[in-house]
Amino acid sequence: MNLIYNQLAIKNIGTNLRWELITIKVIATVKKPGFRLFLISLPFLIAVFVFSYLPLYGWTYAFFDYHAGMHLKDCTFVGLKFFHSMVDNPVSRQEILQVLSNTFGMSFLGILVSPLPVIFAIFLMEIKPKHLRGSIQTLTTLPNFISWVLVFSVAWSMFSVEDGFVNRLLMSTHIINTEINFFASTDHVWLTMLGYSLWKNLGWNAIMYISAITAIDTEQYEAARVDGAGRFQCMWHITVPGIMPTYFVLLLLSIANFLNNGMEQYYLFQNPMNKSAIEVLDLYVYNMGMVGQNISYSTAVGILKSLVSVTLLFFANGMSKVIRKESII
Amino acid sequence: MNKLKISNIVFRIINTSVFLIITLICVFPFYYIFINTISNNDLSSAGKILFYPIGIHFGNYIEVFKLKGIGQAALVSVARTVLGTILTLLGSSFLGYAFCKAEYWKRKFWYRFVVIAMYFNAGLIPWFVTMKSIGLYNNFLAYILPTMVVPFYVILFKTYVEQIPPSLEESVQLDGGGYFVRFFQIILPLSTPILATIGVFACAGQWNSFMDTLFLMKSQNLFTLQYVMYQYLNEVNALANLMRTSQATNVNAASMNLLTPTSVRMTVSFVVIVPILFVYPFLQRYFVKGIMIGAIKG
Repeated sequence: MNLIYNQLAIKNIGTNLRWELITIKVIATVKKPGFRLFLISLPFLIAVFVFSYLPLYGWTYAFFDYHAGMHLKDCTFVGLKFFHSMVDNPVSRQEILQVLSNTFGMSFLGILVSPLPVIFAIFLMEIKPKHLRGSIQTLTTLPNFISWVLVFSVAWSMFSVEDGFVNRLLMSTHIINTEINFFASTDHVWLTMLGYSLWKNLGWNAIMYISAITAIDTEQYEAARVDGAGRFQCMWHITVPGIMPTYFVLLLLSIANFLNNGMEQYYLFQNPMNKSAIEVLDLYVYNMGMVGQNISYSTAVGILKSLVSVTLLFFANGMSKVIRKESII
Repeated sequence: MNKLKISNIVFRIINTSVFLIITLICVFPFYYIFINTISNNDLSSAGKILFYPIGIHFGNYIEVFKLKGIGQAALVSVARTVLGTILTLLGSSFLGYAFCKAEYWKRKFWYRFVVIAMYFNAGLIPWFVTMKSIGLYNNFLAYILPTMVVPFYVILFKTYVEQIPPSLEESVQLDGGGYFVRFFQIILPLSTPILATIGVFACAGQWNSFMDTLFLMKSQNLFTLQYVMYQYLNEVNALANLMRTSQATNVNAASMNLLTPTSVRMTVSFVVIVPILFVYPFLQRYFVKGIMIGAIKG
């Protein structure tokens, strides 16, 4: 009896000691200035958690038959049903294929024109008067700072039947007799969308290359000129190789963002006429989930999109590590 | 040699003209909208204003603020821009500063925790459900809280603060100043360039933001200018109705420049553009600087 009691006491002392040690350790940590700093910044970390990580919990909706207003515990667990339905259900399969082709098409066009800012930057640097060059740079960057809604409004003022400059001009010069409804057209939707984003972003995207060009050693140009190299030879043999690394990084990033064309632009320009050609993945998720209330299904689509995007990002980063020995993330 | 010179001149002329045309394409729409807002409204609606204003008046800019919702929307837009920018600056810069400190508890982990948030997002629907469940649906705070910590700005600020010699901070540490004192008295005053850069980016982002209103806001009095403008662009009939009711109560409606859907659309658009148009040229260098630092960091 006594022995057992003793053993228990020893055990107690043991656990007590352990707790005490832990407490001491905790207190020591808490008293460290580094931990105090952590505590001060905790509200901000919580914000990151709430707005970036907490939504991950919402992925569970993809595995239940969820309808708005219900509690998740009242919904039936359906496993991968919504993932299967993307390919099994002929209607959604059709939609998904269309949406994917829009997404890929427009992203691909975007990558296809990615050398344009490079060309823009190279030729802009050939304009020697500093003030002229500066003004051109400032004015062509301006559209980047207005919202897509304003771009839509600008497009409206240029091309609409009611207020459009182009229609007015063509009508008043009697080139056409009835207004052209540019917005309702289903033709060339990808190209017009590309046009709007070029208008908005070309000048801005060139800035990075302009500064890459200014970083190139001017002695190289002087040496080349002494050797008799012309303007275009200088561009091709000095400027282009000089900005290649920058171009490469941006190209990899746009590959990583292949599925993320965003939805703002497409949402604003979409209408019943052009919907089939303009609906990209992000917009599809919105239209299905928030307009159509197919919450579980659109969550499933969103999950697949997120996973593929992360894979693409790692792929792009891996490429960068292999080719440039440098990571981009 | 002479031939070379001629080709040189030809190149310059062509090159400059191409850039002038591109510049014109970028600027003309703004000019076109502007001349339509100050021209006689009937001429403007009839499509007569193309290159220069006719019958100049500035009444539209006063009238448009009398329309239901515009004044309130302007207020919301300004409020979210000011408050949102302040919060972004505070949150992102303090976190950036904190991550510079080697003694920060589990620094590596928490830094990654923030940076990963830049590259990964759970998707629209889960985000929406989360916002709703934490009570930010139809709540003004939804405009300003989510942008409090922007990982990209945290990285920008951290990169900048790392260049400040630590001896400057240590001098205050000896006097017993805590992290807060050091942050506000030493670090912030020394980092005005990067704060300006981040501030300008954040301002433009807040002012231009449109999707969050679309996703989260239900009440009219929480709509932003961008959103109201979108409604005006999209709902031509509703707009005509709105103007009829607004102007029916207005005894002075007999004046020659009645608002038309065209004039409202263009004037509201220009009201939204103006802040950017005026502020942008002065702040452009900060933008450029920002994108440069971002480029170095990748």
